Amino acid sequence: MFPVAIDKTSAATQILYRIALPVALILWLLPLLGVAMTSLKPSSDLASGNYFGLPSYLAFSNYADVFRNSPIAGYILNSFKVTIPTVIGAVAIACLSGFALAVYRFRMNLLIFFLFVAGNFVPFQILMVPVRDLTVSTGLYNTITGLALFHIAFQSGFCTLFMRNFIKGLPFELIESARVEGVSEFRIFWYIVLPLMRPAIAALSVLVFTFIWNDYFWATVLTTSAETQPVTAGLYSLNGQWIAQWQLVSAGSIIAAMPPVLMFFLMQKHFIAGLTLGATKG
Amino acid sequence: MTGSATAASAGTQGDNRGYWKRNQRGLAPWIFLAPGMAMFSLYVIYPIIASMWLSFYDWDGLGAKTWLGFQNYTELFDDDAFYTSLKNNIIWLALYMLAVPAGLFVALFLNQTVTGIRIYKSLFFFPFVISQVVVGLIFSWFYAPNFGLFYNLIEWITGTGVAVLADDRYVTYGIIAAGLWPQIAYCMILYLTGLNNVAPDQVEAARLDGARGWKMLWHVILPQLRPATFIAVVVTVIGALRSFDLVSIMTDGGPYGSSRVLSFYMYEQALSEYGYRMGYGAAIAVILFAIMMIFISGFIWKMVRDERGV
Repeated sequence: MFPVAIDKTSAATQILYRIALPVALILWLLPLLGVAMTSLKPSSDLASGNYFGLPSYLAFSNYADVFRNSPIAGYILNSFKVTIPTVIGAVAIACLSGFALAVYRFRMNLLIFFLFVAGNFVPFQILMVPVRDLTVSTGLYNTITGLALFHIAFQSGFCTLFMRNFIKGLPFELIESARVEGVSEFRIFWYIVLPLMRPAIAALSVLVFTFIWNDYFWATVLTTSAETQPVTAGLYSLNGQWIAQWQLVSAGSIIAAMPPVLMFFLMQKHFIAGLTLGATKG
Repeated sequence: MTGSATAASAGTQGDNRGYWKRNQRGLAPWIFLAPGMAMFSLYVIYPIIASMWLSFYDWDGLGAKTWLGFQNYTELFDDDAFYTSLKNNIIWLALYMLAVPAGLFVALFLNQTVTGIRIYKSLFFFPFVISQVVVGLIFSWFYAPNFGLFYNLIEWITGTGVAVLADDRYVTYGIIAAGLWPQIAYCMILYLTGLNNVAPDQVEAARLDGARGWKMLWHVILPQLRPATFIAVVVTVIGALRSFDLVSIMTDGGPYGSSRVLSFYMYEQALSEYGYRMGYGAAIAVILFAIMMIFISGFIWKMVRDERGV
């Protein structure tokens, strides 16, 4: 193990380490803690210059105000409406194409694989005008469907990379012996490989959920109204309305960050497995 | 490619099962690939080509397109805002790379087995889970003149506060610092898993040979962390060149356009209230794409080599 395990070091180092941990964490999360605290301060605190002290009382009313006086609940709902179909669509497509690229040997295999990989890295701006144009001309501009369709297509690049590498790690003999038995390719996919992909599907779903929930660029390019915008784009316009009302901005930010944060803490094992599975084998 | 896919689905219709049986292993991959390739071609491959083509036109997004030849590009090379954006992109790229060693450092700090360390690890990772919009708002508050934590800290140390986001000397650095926060967390998690996979017997053997500290890190640990480093560099380079959200949220490119980056400038030209110059925007996007392609081809080249090696 590197560095040396802390319980093999001197007593002084051990004590120092145990103090350093929480101190480092507080410093690391200082901006976040500040915002969390601000979100609970009554506006009178901010008016009287109490920026850093504890709130004079816990003003949960800021959160109620945000929900009551802004369309944030609608924005959050829109985010779910974009994110959930994208997760399902992109992961489903990636199961199919990942399987194709991992199991079959054919001439263009590597070329197609690296096309998916490269497409995943391009700057969004090179896609922006034609994608917007395409969405406008199919009547999907400023709709949740239009946004979700693009996300499905774009995410299928990363997801295919991920699935292909995962399936490559499965024992190939399973497929071989099924073929010898005369099982058709579709049945092999459905009954043999798909059940083994469950951990990868879980990991990828959590990851894609976070990516899409946090997307801001495409939300601003493809949606324009409060009826369709997800919460990231919504927060931007609310920030414009709430000038200098930092208790509201903070509360809104925390509300918007909640779903992926909860997802992360509930599915932590899958999340990290997802990030690193795509990573160490990529 | 789509041709063979339709041929294959016709083959499944049953009339000549023999043909399907004989060829299913050749046809199946194309059927499995069809939905992914269709979506990806429509929304990724085609738009790249269309953008390149569009960069030779003058277009407001609605009316007729006018052929300009290389005029958009010649205008671009005379455009001060373009050079500001390009310069900022280079600063982003250079400073963003700090996330890699910083992430390694945090990972080494947290790679212990004391009680509660798992909670520490996930809390350190926290900034990566939050949307960049929220990160941007958090840091705007952090930098806010008069009451921001950072502003007061500087005032306390130097006597005068600095309004980071309103000062064209510091604004880009201020935004990059905000971007580094989640990026360090990302690199940290990559390295933590990498450290998990370091062969313990090699570490022990090196320790018996007297290797410790920096020497151990450099000669024994880092070589084993190479896959993690590769991914960390890839995501950091791409992240730096893709930076858009933070610039848009924190400054909208200001003050006076001094914090623009290419991705933001492109958006501004193509879609904002300053007018719909789609062709000019596309030209900026092509330049950004060309810059990124240098890196992407490098990454792909390395990945192809690894793939062949396996």
